[in-house]
Amino acid sequence: MRYIPNSPEERESMLKSLALTDINDLFQRIPENLRLNDAIGIGQPMSEPDLIAHFRHLASQNAADFQSFLGAGAYSHFIPVIIDSLISRSEFFTAYTPYQPELSQGTLQYIFEFQTMVCQLTGMEVANASLYDASTGVAEAVLMAQRVTRRNKIIIAGSVHPQYREVVKTYTRNLDTVVEILPFTEAGTVDLNALKIDKETAAVVIQSPNFFGCIEDLASLADAAHQSGALLVACFSEAQSLGALKSPGACGADIVVGEGQSFGIPLSYGGPYCGLFATLDKYIRQMPGRLVGETKDDKGNRGYVLTLSTREQHIRREKATSNICTNQGLFALMATIYLATTGRKGVQEVARQNLQKAHYAASAIGQLPGYSIKFSAPFFNEFVVQTPRPAKDILKNLIDRKIVGGLALDTYYPEMTNSMLVCVTETTRRPAIDQLVDSLASEAEIQQPVLENPE
Amino acid sequence: MSNKIKKATSHTVQNEGLLFEESHAGRIGYSLPTLDVPAQSDLIDKKFLRDDDLEGMPELSEVDVIRHFTRLSTWNYGVDTGMYPLGSCTMKYNPRLNEQMARLEGIASLHPLTPDALAQGALEIVRHLEEALSKITGLPAVSLQPAAGAQGEFTGIAMIRACLTDRGNPRKKVLIPDSAHGTNPASAFICGYTVETVPSTEDGLTDIEALRSAMNEDVAAFMLTNPNTLGKFEENIQEICRILHDGGGFVYMDGANLNALVGVTKPGDFGIDVMHMNLHKTFSTPHGGGGPGAGPVAVTSELAPYLPFPRIQQSQNGSLSWNDDCPKSIGRVRAYHGNYGVLVRALSYILTHGDSGLREATETAVLNANYIAHHLKATYEIAYPGALMHEVIFSDKHQLPYGVKNVDIAKRLIDYGFYPPTMSFPLIVHGALMVEPTETESRKELDLFIDAMKSIHEEAVENAELLKTAPHTTKVGRLDEVTAARKPVLRWKPSNKADSAGSNM
Repeated sequence: MRYIPNSPEERESMLKSLALTDINDLFQRIPENLRLNDAIGIGQPMSEPDLIAHFRHLASQNAADFQSFLGAGAYSHFIPVIIDSLISRSEFFTAYTPYQPELSQGTLQYIFEFQTMVCQLTGMEVANASLYDASTGVAEAVLMAQRVTRRNKIIIAGSVHPQYREVVKTYTRNLDTVVEILPFTEAGTVDLNALKIDKETAAVVIQSPNFFGCIEDLASLADAAHQSGALLVACFSEAQSLGALKSPGACGADIVVGEGQSFGIPLSYGGPYCGLFATLDKYIRQMPGRLVGETKDDKGNRGYVLTLSTREQHIRREKATSNICTNQGLFALMATIYLATTGRKGVQEVARQNLQKAHYAASAIGQLPGYSIKFSAPFFNEFVVQTPRPAKDILKNLIDRKIVGGLALDTYYPEMTNSMLVCVTETTRRPAIDQLVDSLASEAEIQQPVLENPE
Repeated sequence: MSNKIKKATSHTVQNEGLLFEESHAGRIGYSLPTLDVPAQSDLIDKKFLRDDDLEGMPELSEVDVIRHFTRLSTWNYGVDTGMYPLGSCTMKYNPRLNEQMARLEGIASLHPLTPDALAQGALEIVRHLEEALSKITGLPAVSLQPAAGAQGEFTGIAMIRACLTDRGNPRKKVLIPDSAHGTNPASAFICGYTVETVPSTEDGLTDIEALRSAMNEDVAAFMLTNPNTLGKFEENIQEICRILHDGGGFVYMDGANLNALVGVTKPGDFGIDVMHMNLHKTFSTPHGGGGPGAGPVAVTSELAPYLPFPRIQQSQNGSLSWNDDCPKSIGRVRAYHGNYGVLVRALSYILTHGDSGLREATETAVLNANYIAHHLKATYEIAYPGALMHEVIFSDKHQLPYGVKNVDIAKRLIDYGFYPPTMSFPLIVHGALMVEPTETESRKELDLFIDAMKSIHEEAVENAELLKTAPHTTKVGRLDEVTAARKPVLRWKPSNKADSAGSNM
């Protein structure tokens, strides 16, 4: 095995120095009936050329060269090439969690910078060193809100990413949490009149832009939550929206959770991503995950350390604020480099292009016979199209034209048979949008036996 | 500097402020195509729009960004820099081949909601890795969804709870050895269990009699790391499983140390019910300064229906798809399909090694740990002597009389060009130094480490102060962690600029 440096002779001499003759002598404490005599069944080692050919073949079976209008929590954005170049510096990517600060100042300083920029973008006071992703981040926020308020009811909007809601359900299934769903209106945003916050409510969980791309009125929801002593947990899946929209912090959110994938992280079939998590100073000790703080060394030099670890599992064990041990260090680095590169102007420019292009597409699609834009609420870079036939059928036909036209919403909302979620980002060029519009137009003309659809 | 240091040490020191301090208004580091659709105004009501112009976000050129992060990288130590003997964290060489595979076009750029028919390659990677991990663990069903080891623990205990609930009673508590990693009790707690500690024997194994007397109808599971965090194989594992099963409970195996078992034995044969693996440890995916990881779970057929969804399925014509319809499942533990990019790297590692390479890696890791233990046992106390697996735990007992603690030894190792060993656990070893060399260190490197540890002992005897003020070669010296925790400064603010800019160097 080429990754193992010792030669057979060195191995023999090392065994001899331990007064052993056979490598199997090292495993005497494993009961004999448990020791393997046969191979595991993985097969022969694959050579480097063969392995590359194997994975290239697998990659070719994926539709990466299709024009895709998929969003729904994972977004295609321009990724500056210097990100991969910099994270490939092995001092970054082959390092461990920075337990020894003297040898980890690189990691610690970029995490401090990451925390700062997450605060600036979200309008919050303190951010952690990243969580796994937004879905688990929302679950952690729900648990944190219960710790802070000592209440157990959570109201979560039906317009929050359905998979995030499923993760919340899994995380709270063994606790005494009561989860209620807040319905949405025909405008595509939550129904404020249906909001019934009581003295048992720990938090209202809202996503903006929501799963349908619509912008929620966070400020009104924050007011309503605070009047009853509940927290507002504001989440987002499209981090680029922060370049254009009023920050959740400025709207009065208490905990902000988001998906950082949009900041320079490849789609990679769903992970690894980078969970953003921020809150107010007064809740620092209830916050899950790692934190980096600034301090000085024995000579007065500025330096950084992991801090406030008394909240963490390796000290408090079952009393810890969460069981999280690892964060997404390398992916927090990618987001930090992305934000440093695009910077103050770039973040705003990317947001502007997303907004403009998505509205150009929506307006063209909305004018097609048989199609309309389903929701009236303002949106950022995703919108729901009402289709003349089941969206699944239309999307299936678009595949022949090498277009993944969006997400059929009946996957998550069974009543929305004739609805699809379409996403347009700065990477979608105008000809691609026009091609989608043409393709949808021709789909409308296909005569199908007309079935009354209740939607 | 001591002339005893034989290894090259290169802790480059460059001066570099924070991104925000390097920022200059008007600098640009990116280029986007010009907007190619007609721009419209007033698309969104002003009350929803930002009005702070992103005050405080940096403005830098591409060169500024490259130099900033390149300089930061030189303040870091990675496996490529040198030996990283962090016990139980398993820092072995990260093959570049795996990195290339995860970055292939068609793998890195695939959207998670791509229709299954257009993602057959991605689904095959998942299927193949599930099958490989099933063979390695000897357990019939695997889910790759959990995002990290600790999430795998949560998933596993939640499954046990769901199964017990179906049997009529979720029970109340989980038993955990005193040597366990701290995530174990925390994971059991968020599954609604209380935790009871089971002591270890003087040999560093689970105290079977204590376990037997702790077992009763309130116990849902025993959560055991094997080999445990003391570096020992729990040789009574079959008896442990019998005790739990006879009492109607389950055995959860923390597979953090699976790298000591692959190809030599299969946990499924022990009698355990569920385990998680840390792919980044055993199958060597880079940990990147704190993640990402991946924590798949493997289970018996009895627990298989409770695995998180979606599950992968294969139709009769061979095509693969995701299945969300799993009525007994504990639910979804993460959006989409787990840390797929990590899964690609792990499969690449497994296929590159094959049966013979996986076994050789395990044998070499165990040999290397025993070699270090043997050559240092006269100088440093071994906390639990006897047969070892992949790691060895020393203590500072022989150095304490000179006023030298484990932390001083660890910090001095930095000057010798090594990353320090793990010190934070196991909690039952006072002054622990947990060393795990892994299979990717050569005999020459192990000898240098052994020499360094012996030299440090001599220095402790002759000049303890040299150790207590170490490290002497790094950008920063020992940092004031107490102030960092008492008066937390967790972000840069423009108002700090004047204070902090001058203090760097």
